[in-house]
Amino acid sequence: MASSPPVPSWRAWLLLDVPKSSFQARCQRAYIGWLAFSSNPLALTGFLIILTLVLAAIFAPLITASDGLAPDLRNRLLPPSGEHWFGTDQLGRDIFDRIIWGARITLYIVGLVAIIVVPVGLVVGVVAGYMGGIVDQVLMRITDIFLAFPRLILALAFVAALGPGIENAVLAIALTTWSPYARIARAEALTIRRSEYIMAARTQGASLARILVSHVAPMCLASVIVRLTLDMAGIILTAAGLGFLGLGAQPPSPEWGAMISTGRQFILDQWWVPTMPGLAILIVSLGFNLLGDGLRDVLDPRGQER
Amino acid sequence: MANAAAELPGTPKGVPAEAADSLAFRLWRRLRAVGGVLLSLALTFLGLTFVTFIIGRVMPLDPVLAIVGDRAPQHVYDAVYQQLGLDQPIWVQYLRYLGGILSGDLGTSVQTSRPVLDDLMRFFPATIELATLATLVGVVLGVPMGVLAAVHQGRLIDHCVRLVGLIGYSMPVFWLGMVALLVFYAKLGWVPGPGRLAVFYEGMVPAVTGLLLVDSLLAGNMTVFWNAVDHLILPVSILGTFALAYIARMTRSFMLDQLRQEYILTARVKGLSERAVIWRHAFGNVLVQLITIIGLTYASLLEGSVLTETVFAWPGIGQYITNALFNSDMNAVLGGTIVVGTCFVGINMLSDALYRVVDPRAR
Repeated sequence: MASSPPVPSWRAWLLLDVPKSSFQARCQRAYIGWLAFSSNPLALTGFLIILTLVLAAIFAPLITASDGLAPDLRNRLLPPSGEHWFGTDQLGRDIFDRIIWGARITLYIVGLVAIIVVPVGLVVGVVAGYMGGIVDQVLMRITDIFLAFPRLILALAFVAALGPGIENAVLAIALTTWSPYARIARAEALTIRRSEYIMAARTQGASLARILVSHVAPMCLASVIVRLTLDMAGIILTAAGLGFLGLGAQPPSPEWGAMISTGRQFILDQWWVPTMPGLAILIVSLGFNLLGDGLRDVLDPRGQER
Repeated sequence: MANAAAELPGTPKGVPAEAADSLAFRLWRRLRAVGGVLLSLALTFLGLTFVTFIIGRVMPLDPVLAIVGDRAPQHVYDAVYQQLGLDQPIWVQYLRYLGGILSGDLGTSVQTSRPVLDDLMRFFPATIELATLATLVGVVLGVPMGVLAAVHQGRLIDHCVRLVGLIGYSMPVFWLGMVALLVFYAKLGWVPGPGRLAVFYEGMVPAVTGLLLVDSLLAGNMTVFWNAVDHLILPVSILGTFALAYIARMTRSFMLDQLRQEYILTARVKGLSERAVIWRHAFGNVLVQLITIIGLTYASLLEGSVLTETVFAWPGIGQYITNALFNSDMNAVLGGTIVVGTCFVGINMLSDALYRVVDPRAR
């Protein structure tokens, strides 16, 4: 917000009844949205959790003392202390460091799933909703079939076929996650296609692809993003579950689910080994859920607490 | 029915008003709805089998090598290749595969060298027992919690229920199971360890239904019954927490929708007691929507018990599939996927259909 007037009046500028420029109007909308969002303490907590996760992932080399991979057998299975905040695991690796490095893997997984799922869902939904007719029928039948699939079991079967690993786990999750986005995008596209600005674009001779990409799809994005935020927790839990079963990330990778899986045998005497990564999963997926709830309330006042 | 079909066009639009009211027409519409549900059920089932078929095809393991071993001469390899029908066009292979499934042939498990379907029948009751009881816990606790939260919206109890819901949504189930085992089994000793029964009770009651609670009651063996109950407490509570979170959350939002309606105001103005307004009027209308939610919960618990079963060494279908996975027993994995998937799809469609039948607004 480089062009904002000096401090005393920026709030007045942001809350002016009649905005003077489209830029000001946009800033005002963002600010009012932020006000609504930040007045919800739970949503703000979620936002802070996710912010911490992202910062931890970016600055992992600065925060941690080790790379979380090199074994140090002299210090194995130490309880939490001032030196090792979360204790050490069976190979003497600092669990705190591993969790911080694991934040990168978690973000990598959810990011990759989002990159696959959102475009696929948008394309299918927008095309189906805008075109209507037989295209709509066929695409939505396919979507419904995927919507009805049991997610976890199918992801298991996919990973079984493709072999364990993060990328395959991501692919398996994405294949079973894209369908709700297509439904949402279609519902939006159905209402948008009758609006006048689409008619205007069409009379100006815009091609079908242009209308879909630059006029319809962006309008569907908001609800798709809200849904994505709400789904993030589920994605993280599924990925961690696959890791726990030994089908996702493979040791020594500091993926949280895999850490719980290898730490499982120590739970009776060294409870911290599997407990700490579990808490990390819990807190991060809670963060995404809180953030998603808050975003939905701000962006979509109709769908409160669906 | 053919008579009614001849009289009335397929679309309700062109129907004269008196015909729209006739019993035959209403019956016809009902049948059409049921037919629609059956059609989408069949389509989804086809899709499911197609996906498992594709998974079976892209699998890096060579199914022929798995049978003949890698030292078999080429002519043996070719013979088996042909015997498995791998030389046929892909759609013929799919039709064969589909025909096999429909006649109950899911192939033979490499691990147990028994037909996969037999294995699944043996393991499924344990999962059903777990999922049914967990759903029951979720309904019995979750519905009143959701109603209470909606009635006291914005108050402490509402926040508590929302928080429980959120935590339930965010909890890694396998981790919660482990921690619960640590605390209640290892430290406190309140519940027995993993498994369905203590070792020395195993095989003491004849398996009739495969549901231990039912079988032990049938055999009149109360010792086994109570032992099975003890073993169920922890896994059912864990899975039940997730059912509870979802059911309470949905009940709350459905109730909020109803309590905003004008007929609630009317009921209050009429001087009805608050209990009658909430439970008879508002909740009565929520009940229908809850059917779908409970169906969804049950279906997702059936498939979601995979992780719980691993933690609790519960000999159910989830554990069977996971074990099969690690032994590259693809027939068992895909067979399990189809059976669980079919149940999942079936329950979802059934609750959806039930909803349509019960609620006139959804038609």
